[in-house]
Amino acid sequence: MALISRSTSTCAPLFRPLTLFSLRHVSTDTSPITVDTSVPFTSHNCDPPSRSVTTSTSELLSFFRDMSLMRRMEIAADSLYKSKLIRGFCHLYDGQEAVSVGMEAALTKSDCIITAYRDHCIFLGRGGSLLEVFSELMGRQAGCSKGKGGSMHFYRKQAGFYGGHGIVGAQVPLGCGLAFAQKYSKDEAVTFALYGDGAANQGQLFEALNIAALWDLPAILVCENNHYGMGTAEWRAAKSPAYYKRGDYVPGLKVDGMDALAVKQACKFAKEHALKNGPLILEMDTYRYHGHSMSDPGSTYRTRDEISGIRQERDPIERVRKLLLSLDVANEKELKDIEKEVRKEVDEAIAQAKGSPAPEPSELFTNIYVKSFGAEAYGADRKEVRVTLPGY
Amino acid sequence: MGGNNTEPFGRSSPPTSSSPFRSPQPLPPTTAADTQASVYSSSSSSSVSLASPSSVLPYVFLFIFAACVLIGFVVVVKMLGIVRRQASIGGSPSTVLSEALRVFRPAVPASRNYSSAKEMTVREALNSALDEEMSADPKVFLMGEEVGEYQGAYKISKGLLEKYGPDRVLDTPITEAGFTGVAVGAAFQSLKPVVEFMTFNFSMQAIDHIINSAAKSNYMSAGQFNVPIVFRGPNGAAAGVGAQHSQCYASWFASCPGLKVLMPYSSEDARGLLKAAIRDPDPVVFLENELLYGESFPVSAEALDSSFCLPIGKAKIEKEGKDVTITAFSKIVGLALKAADILAKEGISAEVINLRSIRPLDKATINASVRKTNRLITVEEGFPQHGVGAEICTSVIEDSFGYLDAPVERVAGADVPMPYAANLERMAVPQVEDIVRAAKRACYRSSQHAVAA
Repeated sequence: MALISRSTSTCAPLFRPLTLFSLRHVSTDTSPITVDTSVPFTSHNCDPPSRSVTTSTSELLSFFRDMSLMRRMEIAADSLYKSKLIRGFCHLYDGQEAVSVGMEAALTKSDCIITAYRDHCIFLGRGGSLLEVFSELMGRQAGCSKGKGGSMHFYRKQAGFYGGHGIVGAQVPLGCGLAFAQKYSKDEAVTFALYGDGAANQGQLFEALNIAALWDLPAILVCENNHYGMGTAEWRAAKSPAYYKRGDYVPGLKVDGMDALAVKQACKFAKEHALKNGPLILEMDTYRYHGHSMSDPGSTYRTRDEISGIRQERDPIERVRKLLLSLDVANEKELKDIEKEVRKEVDEAIAQAKGSPAPEPSELFTNIYVKSFGAEAYGADRKEVRVTLPGY
Repeated sequence: MGGNNTEPFGRSSPPTSSSPFRSPQPLPPTTAADTQASVYSSSSSSSVSLASPSSVLPYVFLFIFAACVLIGFVVVVKMLGIVRRQASIGGSPSTVLSEALRVFRPAVPASRNYSSAKEMTVREALNSALDEEMSADPKVFLMGEEVGEYQGAYKISKGLLEKYGPDRVLDTPITEAGFTGVAVGAAFQSLKPVVEFMTFNFSMQAIDHIINSAAKSNYMSAGQFNVPIVFRGPNGAAAGVGAQHSQCYASWFASCPGLKVLMPYSSEDARGLLKAAIRDPDPVVFLENELLYGESFPVSAEALDSSFCLPIGKAKIEKEGKDVTITAFSKIVGLALKAADILAKEGISAEVINLRSIRPLDKATINASVRKTNRLITVEEGFPQHGVGAEICTSVIEDSFGYLDAPVERVAGADVPMPYAANLERMAVPQVEDIVRAAKRACYRSSQHAVAA
């Protein structure tokens, strides 16, 4: 597990002094600046993109704000789970925010994203609201799946987010199918199918990759390598943990997944590649601070030193904070104010979500079929609960 | 498409570069996949061209004589083969003859020039249904092993590649989990895939996608997206194919909320149900039967119309009766009808119900029938435990217990993996005499009782 010990951000000479407005408003200065990624990209079967990333101060501020929001949301979900307002599974994404935020900076809403069960922040990145997140986690009507999905089944079809899947690896063939549909309908868009280092060994992934390469589908497979598949370290699960190379004939790129700008550059490169040449694998070297899920302390298979080491040296939000400070876009207090604001937003959303009611009992029997043909369904006591399904 | 990527899905010609992952000498395609050849053209021609002058006439007659002898030889051999096969699964002389005649019909592509005006084989029915639905809706596409250039492992998709091109008729590698997942993902984006499993035994490799990705997505997303996909292919026992290739999956799929399960018997069933399945906005498992593909059935003019659709969730009463209700589906309907003929000669009037739809089950029709006859036999080919018959029997007890004059009975396949030897195989699937015996028992007409093991 290579740890990048020090982030290096070189400021190109091209930046303008900014007058900062009230920090209720993100800076609107979109003039381009160039920042280098922490490390150069490592590539497999392709020429890597440049490590100099074009960004803007407004984009960097938005990175900071969005990642802070995601971080706060996940920590709040931790508390809600411990107070038993969230039940079942809850897989938290804190530490990995840069992947979602960098990807969104390179994509549009006509591109599609599909992921596994660690999906809260991806959903937010695709335009979902905090209210929908917390309501869904607590099983309320205002949830994005009306309380019927839960933590692992967030969807936002209008923004090209197709979930939210509980079966490890299943989302990869599904993602290649989304790419198939994009090519079939001549959408000129791509699909990013996210999976973890644990899922990287799934057979169906290779089946889907074979089909994607054979049919030149605009699919990008993104391995969010947080180095642990539940409690199993990557070196114990994979003979070759160089996931970006596992595609063999499919080109790959290894990216520092804790650097939002590197993620953005890689995703931009991948999108251009996929539209012309078919599939590509991106391996995001990232890390999750929490355990696999809320029932996993995350410290039985890793040392606390490792976790705190990465938090100190590679944290994605800290990286952007240092960048913003060194570019003089904002000062410490202003950034702290953003964090306070974000915290307030999260608290308000939770309060609102708590006010949302649980689904009506009749919702048990909705959305089974679009067209039911008058089929009947039963409850546990068949004489007591017998329903004609809606959607005749 | 942007850039250089204008390749259709798959390749119509072998790649020019020697990529390490492609076989170096791929076979050239057998059909002209890159031309828009009419589907109405037959792929085989068997006419003999004759030279004109009278000097060659004796040789012509000799040639014709030799050809007749050869054809006669082939007929005898094929008829022997067909008789043996039909006999082993209880075929009657009329089906044997129609089987033999089928050998001599020219290969029929997806055209409506059927040899008999109002008769159609199940194969032709499925082919025409696919053709019409693909023609009507550009979002419908077919995906599976050998569906394209091979014309379909059982020739169900014959002519479709030629007509619709490799973008809509896709040959897949032998990777059920992968291509089923790809198809479901395409359905998420509102395309309408028809996924062919070469047999449903192989669907087990992909069953996670059928159940967890397709069936449940509408519910888990609270209606944000539906999955308008059809999974089709042959199901159940064929002849002599052994344990791994003979299982019936009706009860497995039919137990899952979110799926619809359809099982045609006749050609009209095949056409109407497949068209309904393709148009349906929900995932449909469409279980065919290999041994029915070649069977010919009369079809009404209405059924030949391209807008013909059968309602999902409605059973058909194939034969009305008043003494005992026999429910059946797929191939077993044929056996049940034969059993009903035998029973009729003994004074028992059996009502035969062709379920057509296993999920949703037409409980209304079944219960109405049992309330009329007061006796129920369910028949199926698959394993008995937790089977379709178990569901029907229990549901009739729940809804119509007071109307029953005899215990409900289920006739099913034997509780064993399918053996290969013909005599054992015959014992492992229901035969006509099993249905007759059970019906007589229900009518208290049998003097024998089942021997306890």
